[in-house]
Amino acid sequence: MTSLKTALYDRHVALGARMVDFAGYQMPLNYGKGQLQEHHLVRSGAGLFDVSHMGQVRFQGPDAVAVVNRLITNDLQALPDGKALYTACCRDDGGILDDLICYRRSVTDVLIVVNASNVAKIVAWFESRATGESRPVDVSDQYALLALQGPKAAEILSAAHPAAMTMRPFQLSSFEDPRFGAVLVASTGYTGESGFELFVAPERAVTLSDHLLERGAEPIGLGARDTLRLEMKYALYGNDIDETTNPLEAGLGWVTKLDKPEGFIGQDALRAIAAAGVTRKLVGIELEGRGIARHGYGVHVPGGESVGVVTSGTIGPTVGKAIAMAYVATAQSAMGTRLEVDIRGKRSEAVVCKTPFLTRPRL
Amino acid sequence: MKAAPRTFRYTQDHEWASFDLNVGRTVRVGITEYAESQLGDIVYVDLPAVGTELRQHEAFGTVESVKSVSDLMSPVSGRVVAINDGLVDAPDAINKDAYGAGWIVEIEASDSAELDALLTPDAYDTYVGGLG
Repeated sequence: MTSLKTALYDRHVALGARMVDFAGYQMPLNYGKGQLQEHHLVRSGAGLFDVSHMGQVRFQGPDAVAVVNRLITNDLQALPDGKALYTACCRDDGGILDDLICYRRSVTDVLIVVNASNVAKIVAWFESRATGESRPVDVSDQYALLALQGPKAAEILSAAHPAAMTMRPFQLSSFEDPRFGAVLVASTGYTGESGFELFVAPERAVTLSDHLLERGAEPIGLGARDTLRLEMKYALYGNDIDETTNPLEAGLGWVTKLDKPEGFIGQDALRAIAAAGVTRKLVGIELEGRGIARHGYGVHVPGGESVGVVTSGTIGPTVGKAIAMAYVATAQSAMGTRLEVDIRGKRSEAVVCKTPFLTRPRL
Repeated sequence: MKAAPRTFRYTQDHEWASFDLNVGRTVRVGITEYAESQLGDIVYVDLPAVGTELRQHEAFGTVESVKSVSDLMSPVSGRVVAINDGLVDAPDAINKDAYGAGWIVEIEASDSAELDALLTPDAYDTYVGGLG
């Protein structure tokens, strides 16, 4: 299968990107300056990511919010219009089908962003399990998705959209511009920085991207996106969460409303898991020895038996340490617990630490 | 990317060997710019101890980037006579100057026939060109 290209493909190549295949798309890994530098540019300035590979599913109809609410673990009914909601979407047994952002544009219009690798699966799931008048429509082809992230993001976007300066986190707004057409703006992201995700028609994506780059944003690839999200302990579907994991053990209990009155798929199973207590937890660990703990590496008690497995790991460019996420047995999940990671046959000392790994004074 | 230096020799594992030291059969060894650019930002280098005996095409250390970890494969058989200690604290020297300050080890080769069989710069450039 040949991989797909986003509307910005030619722009990435012109900007010197190293392109890689990701979830069936040719995506920029980095733009030649190096991944670490791109990471720092997002933390200190503003970075522009092409995340058009992600999918969008829309529910429209009088019962859109109610229909979606039965498909997700978080509570979209309790959310006001014009806000975004992070949530898991589970199987009947509580296994995570995907993690999603639901944009409640109104009670009759919900737009959902789906991980690229899960679009076909989620659309099929929604089609088979959605109950009500509103039906899911795959609208992925209608949008290019740009993420503008970093402390300078609001100022950069404000030239086209002055309201960007005053948007609160997880808020929605939109603007129309003769150059960019209709743009849906959400103050969401995957970096730990303030910023926006911009839904724009694919044929306008290059114009909007060029405008933001001219205003001072730097193009950033998937490589830095991974280290930025890891410093925040944001889960990556396929690495840290999948159908064999449940939201309670994955640290997504905060988006799992076990008492949601109208119920949701997986609720009974998750209530049972909660009542019995989770057997393992996704924790953050810091490595004290050399090396990087990578996906699949074993986690052990010091000098002893296996108690878990690493799901993601890197050098945190901002935190300045080797960090990782790992599922470990609940008994070994308390902060400060000493562990060892098997790095290609050598045990490296590690400790369960506070997350997010990145801590800063909030403004 | 720069063309491979003309006086060096190369392997299909993307190591280079330089005879520029002019000390008998001792070669200086590193990884090529192609390898460096594929790895991305290098954050750790594991070096062998001086005195370690190596065999051609066997792993003698690792180089780890944010993205991935790769074995370092010895271009020749022989004994490690020097290591670039500076890489322990500044592994990014390989990214900055793969053919110079980013050298990794020096090996006293035990078999000059192995040296003669290494890829020429043109052969290596052609090989890399074929990798797309």
